[in-house]
Amino acid sequence: MYDIKCDVAIIGGGPAGLAAAIAAKEEGAKDVLILERDNALGGILQQCIHPGFGLTRFHAELTGPEYYGRFVDQADELGVSYLLNSMVLQINHETNEILCTNSEHGMTRVHAGSMVLAMGCRERTRANIMIPGSRPAGLYTAGAAQRLVNRQNIMVGKKVVILGSGDIGMIMARRMSLEGAQVVMVVELMPYLAGLTRNRVQCLDDFQIPLKLAHTITRIEGTERVTGVWVAPVDENKQPIKAQEEFVPCDTVLFSVGLIPENELTRSAGIAIDPITNGPAVNQYMQTSAPSVFACGNVVHVNDLVDNVSEESAKAGKYAARYAMNQFPETFQTVSCVTGRNVRYLCPQTIQVTKETEQISLYFRVLWPEQNVRLIARCGDEIIAKKNEFRVNPGEMNHLIVNSTKLTGETVTIEVIKED
Amino acid sequence: MMLLVIYERKVFYVLKTDVLIIGAGAVGCAIARELSKYEIDVMVVDKNEDVGGDASKSNSAIIHTGYDATPGTLESQLVVAANPMYEQIVRDLDVPFSKIGAILPAITEEQYAKLPEIKEKAFRNHVYDVEFKTGEELLAMEPNLNPQVKGGLYIPRESIIDPFILVQAYAENANMNGVEFLLNTKVTGIQTENGRIKSVETTSGDIETRYVINCAGLYCDEIADMVGKADYKVVARKGQFFILDKNTSCKVQHIVLPIPTKVTKGKLMCPTIHGNMLVGPTAEDQDSKTDKSTSAEGLDSITADVKNLVPNVNIRDTITQYSGLRPNRNPEGLHFDMYEDLEGYINLSGVRSTGLTLSASMGKYVVQQMMYHGLDLKLKTNYIAKRKGIVKFHECSLEQQEALIRENPLYGNIICRCETITEAEILDAIHRPLGARSVDAIKRRVRAGMGRCQGGFCGPKVIEILARELNCDPSQINKNITGSQMAVGTTR
Amino acid sequence: MKKEIICTVCPRGCHIDVIGEGETVTSVEGYGCKRGLEYASQEFTHPVRILTTTVKIAGIPGDLLTVRSAAPLPKEKLFDCMEVIRKVEVSAPVKRYDVIVENICETGIDMVATKSIL
Repeated sequence: MYDIKCDVAIIGGGPAGLAAAIAAKEEGAKDVLILERDNALGGILQQCIHPGFGLTRFHAELTGPEYYGRFVDQADELGVSYLLNSMVLQINHETNEILCTNSEHGMTRVHAGSMVLAMGCRERTRANIMIPGSRPAGLYTAGAAQRLVNRQNIMVGKKVVILGSGDIGMIMARRMSLEGAQVVMVVELMPYLAGLTRNRVQCLDDFQIPLKLAHTITRIEGTERVTGVWVAPVDENKQPIKAQEEFVPCDTVLFSVGLIPENELTRSAGIAIDPITNGPAVNQYMQTSAPSVFACGNVVHVNDLVDNVSEESAKAGKYAARYAMNQFPETFQTVSCVTGRNVRYLCPQTIQVTKETEQISLYFRVLWPEQNVRLIARCGDEIIAKKNEFRVNPGEMNHLIVNSTKLTGETVTIEVIKED
Repeated sequence: MMLLVIYERKVFYVLKTDVLIIGAGAVGCAIARELSKYEIDVMVVDKNEDVGGDASKSNSAIIHTGYDATPGTLESQLVVAANPMYEQIVRDLDVPFSKIGAILPAITEEQYAKLPEIKEKAFRNHVYDVEFKTGEELLAMEPNLNPQVKGGLYIPRESIIDPFILVQAYAENANMNGVEFLLNTKVTGIQTENGRIKSVETTSGDIETRYVINCAGLYCDEIADMVGKADYKVVARKGQFFILDKNTSCKVQHIVLPIPTKVTKGKLMCPTIHGNMLVGPTAEDQDSKTDKSTSAEGLDSITADVKNLVPNVNIRDTITQYSGLRPNRNPEGLHFDMYEDLEGYINLSGVRSTGLTLSASMGKYVVQQMMYHGLDLKLKTNYIAKRKGIVKFHECSLEQQEALIRENPLYGNIICRCETITEAEILDAIHRPLGARSVDAIKRRVRAGMGRCQGGFCGPKVIEILARELNCDPSQINKNITGSQMAVGTTR
Repeated sequence: MKKEIICTVCPRGCHIDVIGEGETVTSVEGYGCKRGLEYASQEFTHPVRILTTTVKIAGIPGDLLTVRSAAPLPKEKLFDCMEVIRKVEVSAPVKRYDVIVENICETGIDMVATKSIL
């Protein structure tokens, strides 16, 4: 057994893990170790070769590789260490030990002062959403196809239908078009776009790719390779209208139908999971129900902007470092964050009130799109934060900042109020 | 065996064997393995790229006891005889297997009234260990059962198995003992001469043979037609299934079977040998032998029916849905046929849901029948009875895992996250006898891509590894059969 | 000529109507801010896009170098640029922001590497 000691161990070397590692170092943690299962740092950003990253953090329009490249440079300068090709099999939050595989060192046990979970998320599949039909070759999640095309030099198909108008789906529509494939259409179950408007303009409209809102794929055809899909409009209950079904020939179907935080390790360690986000419940320090375990990025809740991930992850890294150095703030009271009208989930789920006065960002998603709304944070009868928004929709994260001194009750409720 | 023949100055390859088995499903491979114990040349042909057949790889993965067979039939005899054989088979061939037992809960009074009849039938099938259980007893055994359960039957020897590994193990073991496998090979005709089998025409060339054993499952009527013995038709009966995530909230520990009605045996829920939950199947007769699609209606009917047994089953936790085609027969029933006017031809038909189970006894039965009919078989002295499976890294102890990585660092490289499958296991799957040549063949050997992400993460890596190991372009890698290529080329 | 442009400057996504001919814009309506006004005019006269793609690495068939245009390119030239890039092959080592194709398709803009290869 290869044994290593460190102050802060970080599981995952994607954007979340990198930001956490840098923040932990900057906070004064001596040994910060990233455990990464891939053969390089950067995580999913390695295959996100498109621009649109870093607008808030770096005020520049960077591509995925440039964005993580800057973090890797900084991590190197600060002396963050990392083990690549290392898959964590088990974490124990009582002993603070992590067990992982490593081709070079064999089975490896990491003894940490604290740890940060930054494993990211995985894609929902065709089977998760139960699209019937056959099971031929040519069915890919958008992310798997993106990896093949952008990292492995493998072209997955020539005539493509994409299910789901999430950002990855639209970005793959552009990518496949640029590589010479014909993208026949993008099909979206909801009556509105799932991803960002700019991606609709630059990835679909630019390439004259039709977007079929309130439609779904009802059946997949093909024995060896996909030969086509049946597409139908859906009624207000999202049930396909069979009479209007049409056959769309294609050799490839890409599924961009949602992301699920990857929390198998978290679950098996007995850490509390929020059933709505599918990620660990955290407080504003990104601390989970296990005091020595912190979590950040898409493992906690699925973000739409990597810039948010970096910010949130820096917090996790900072407080994981403080925990490891016995400088963690003492808690007087725990405040629960409660979802009110048109709020699907909230992150963090709880707030620890300490001696320090803090500005706490509460991130949340709405359940349905609305215009001209007011976002409100309420503590008892008192409104402690508010913000007007011209438009909210489930695809874009919202946030409110509350001042910790205003948190006097046991709960804080976030709600979206319709303005007259 | 391959012979070189020179005829009119041209060199011909002639394939020659004593026994040619058509179909590398459970029954075909089990017969091949049984025959491989003897001094006789055996060859197996299959149209698919991998052993495992069609029906044999998409079923409920249950080793039945035969309690509900029609008493006195060949099927009853073979299933009842096969069940106890698995203890030895799974030890010898290293196949994941568990005798978890089945329960038949009666939810309504009407169902309850049927229990004595079912038990009596089990007795007539010589399955004597079926027991009555009260509702409380069943709920204690299976807390997620419908609380309205009135009572039911317990069938302790109903078991679950890895059906892919079983067939691979039969095939690998047969191959170790000299049986040749010709995959991607379709039979196109059969030549007879003076009332005897002479040779078989295939897409890989002609094969001279003394015996043909038709184990072609869904296509056995088409093969029989080639020798004029198609006095029956295969009717494909589709069965759709769901697989649920290992982490699903509502699980069962036994095979939970519904009380059959006159129309259908109904839909069950049971654990798989790897800890997932399986629910299904439907039973839909269809004309097509290739249409293995699932349908919204079929999946809805499974959900509705299984909720009667296990109300809290969470179908939304599904990680995949599939369907299999049972090769039912019209007129019905399992048939074993040899013909006086066609020496050397053996026809198996109507091998359906119980086929996986009865493969074990069918192997012995067929060989015995061939001996009765004059085949002189001598036991080999160098027969290898055991086959070792692929080492499963995630099932090893920490010490074993350390030793594995020390010996082969590729055990430290996890390719499939969901099922914790290492690169070394994938390489073993490719390079062992009858190794994997397709993405699905890898999946069926080591479970890479079988987990909750369904190959989202490991799929691209598996394509890369296959292309590297088989020394070919990634666009030549198939999902399964010929024509199912995963990619269309390179981007650069 | 009248054209409806969906603004991509911020998530608000204003639908802006622009009237004009060729290089001249005569009317812009429906914008929400000054940046939107600029974007709509630019999009009407000279729509531009950042191009990101990959380049072959000599001797490593299963790996690719990621590249981008150093600045946005005229939208109508994207496919021409792809044609050029498809034929390019680089050899390691490459450093981030090394120029891979100079002045691609006479646009005055370089294609640069977005990562380093040792």
